[in-house]
Amino acid sequence: MNFDFSDDQKQLRDQARKFLAEKCSPKAVRVVLDGKAPYDKELWKGLAEMGFLGVAIPEEFGGAGAGHLELCVIAEEMGRANAPVPFSSTVYLAAEALLIAGSDAQKKKWLPAIASGEAIGTLALFEGKGNPAPKNVKLAAANGVLNGVKKPVADGAIADFAVVAARTGSGGRDSDISLFLVDLKAGGVEVKSLTNLDPTRGQAEITFRDCKAEPLGAAGEGWSILAQVLDRAAVLCAFEQVGGADRALEMGRDYALDRIAFGRQIGSFQAIKHMLADMYVSATLARSNSYYGAWALSTNAAELPEAAAAARISATQAFQHCAKNNIQVHGGMGFTWEFDCHMYYRRANAMALGLGSLSYWEDQLIDRMRKKNAA
Amino acid sequence: MNFDDTPQEAAFRETARKWIAANAPKEFEQELSKSSLGRIRLAKHDMVEVGKAWQKKKAEGGWACLHWPREYGGRGATPIERVIWQQEEGVYGKLTQPFQIGEGMCGPTVMAWGSEDAKRRYLPKLASGEEIWCQLFSEPSAGSDVAGLRTRAEKKGDNWVVNGQKIWTSGAHYSDYGLLIARTDPNVPKHKGLTMFFLDMKSEGVEVRPIRQANGMQEFNEVYFTDVVIPDSQRLGAVGEGWSVSLTTLMNERMSIGARLATGVPEMFEFCSNLMLEDGLAIDDPAVRSKLASWAVKSSGLKYTSYRAISALSKGERPGPENSIGKLVSGMMLQDIATYAMDLQGAAGVLTGADEETVHGQFQQMLLSSPSMRIAGGTDEILRNIIAERVLGLPGDIRVDKDVPYNKIPTKGR
Repeated sequence: MNFDFSDDQKQLRDQARKFLAEKCSPKAVRVVLDGKAPYDKELWKGLAEMGFLGVAIPEEFGGAGAGHLELCVIAEEMGRANAPVPFSSTVYLAAEALLIAGSDAQKKKWLPAIASGEAIGTLALFEGKGNPAPKNVKLAAANGVLNGVKKPVADGAIADFAVVAARTGSGGRDSDISLFLVDLKAGGVEVKSLTNLDPTRGQAEITFRDCKAEPLGAAGEGWSILAQVLDRAAVLCAFEQVGGADRALEMGRDYALDRIAFGRQIGSFQAIKHMLADMYVSATLARSNSYYGAWALSTNAAELPEAAAAARISATQAFQHCAKNNIQVHGGMGFTWEFDCHMYYRRANAMALGLGSLSYWEDQLIDRMRKKNAA
Repeated sequence: MNFDDTPQEAAFRETARKWIAANAPKEFEQELSKSSLGRIRLAKHDMVEVGKAWQKKKAEGGWACLHWPREYGGRGATPIERVIWQQEEGVYGKLTQPFQIGEGMCGPTVMAWGSEDAKRRYLPKLASGEEIWCQLFSEPSAGSDVAGLRTRAEKKGDNWVVNGQKIWTSGAHYSDYGLLIARTDPNVPKHKGLTMFFLDMKSEGVEVRPIRQANGMQEFNEVYFTDVVIPDSQRLGAVGEGWSVSLTTLMNERMSIGARLATGVPEMFEFCSNLMLEDGLAIDDPAVRSKLASWAVKSSGLKYTSYRAISALSKGERPGPENSIGKLVSGMMLQDIATYAMDLQGAAGVLTGADEETVHGQFQQMLLSSPSMRIAGGTDEILRNIIAERVLGLPGDIRVDKDVPYNKIPTKGR
């Protein structure tokens, strides 16, 4: 059994960690947090130069042609650094949708641009409250144009193109949904930035008015493609969440060693120690579930849907738990804008909703486990 | 990343599988696969007798304590081979329960601290199950704080004379030998006045009494020592070094990788899949699904955490500290699952008989037994301390009794 990343993959992780420690310090993250820039353009450029944006994109489309395991280790570091860039929208969602369903021409147009950092992509799925479900997609596609409103769209205000879920049938069936590819710079859309929990990752409302769009994948296949995209993104986001959880745990641990109260390090109090131990437990469970997700993703195993849901749930819980208790360990200082704790708290809670809520994924997991048990 | 054996591992697995297919006591297979939680009982046979027969057969085939050196009754197998064996032994591994304390804790301690003569005399018989060992550490007033133990051993010529009481000793009533830690000097701080021995459990002055537990069962014992004589040749480590020696034992307790702990999740999943509530199947209820999903990912998280440790062993590396979370997670989960299953049963949940609506009382039994999972082998709180101190590097507790002579430590509050 070799249920671990290879030495090369671990080296890549170290390389990414080092790069991000240098280029993505908390100070740099704060430029975006404070609204002085919509995202970190320099970092984005650097990520492209390092080959991280196209790590899982085949060489023929301008990528490094490595694979999803390589992308997983980079994702972990992106989460650890709380990177203020549209990585998940572009790389986990848009690029994966293109890889799964794109025509050769579509792949040639967008994938090299993603890998080189020239194009930011996103997925426009949600329309207000609710979780991923065919019935929640109202935006209509007819005669090659889209009409409707998507919100929230992650990184929508800075995206160059979007994969849009649209209604092509009248019911609530999977086959009533199709995917479209929209060049957001070509007109027909109105983009409005929305304030959100985590200002280091923008959210937008995009209104489509007779907006030209080309189909992505076959008509009526939209939901089945989307389900695959969401599963893949769930695993990749889980690695970001694991990275974030680990960082929050470390911050709490370091503060507990540093801070003196009642004449001793607060980390010597069992109330604090046990809180940190519990954070370690949830971070460890999340990491192990995510490793299984990575295996399923990289081998395109039949187990992917179940593994992805388990990784998603476990990592969401762990990041929320660690980010929340990191503030608690810090006490009053943890509640200041000045300390970095709230950046992870914000990111953890925003990520918990990004691909569908925790309860949505819990529901999915049970369905998928039942399907397996029945088989 | 893959789950495949290396060619050597695959060859080893094949050899083990063939041997098990030819030698395992298949007549017990069904009964063993049914009992998943708590102690194993066989309806018509004595568990210890059946276990001894299986262990003896394994020893003859070279499969008992296989990670031990050959001269002490083992096979000289690598850690990963041991894991593969455990996977292949499967349900028959449950038959090894009476030997686990000996194999996992007493044996390694004798191996590390015993004389060559002692090792050759005792270890092969321990490995083959011919002689069963128990561990005599906990006392009524020394549980988590085991170094605060009171049982005295006093030197009389070439012998030691032991007086005191131990508690929570599994298997004492069928054990041949015991690993005993006792206080040999009460005038020095508590950790410094301890010494480790082993003794014949049939020695005069040893009295074993079963404890009736909170769940109504009797699985553990109290052991009383009245002027029990132990020859000095049965001392392990130097006088006053007992605490260091005990750490060998306890370290081994926590090293058992690949041992799958019961979590209650498969039982709960099945229960919810079949239980009819007023509005339909329990598993279709959103609240039930949410809880089930959270438990399921804890259970899968533990499984894949152990896979990570196995992978490290396979590469010849030392596994990381991740495995320390197992009992902490599964103990609490068992208790929570039992409570929630009974909640779903409603009024009938109170019944503990073999009623159909409570699936033969399995969750009631789980509820009553689960507190011990959170206490035995290190309480949840001690495990959290261990994670905090050894994994996260947080400071140890401030110990007010650290430099105080043992006989000056207060023994009662208020």
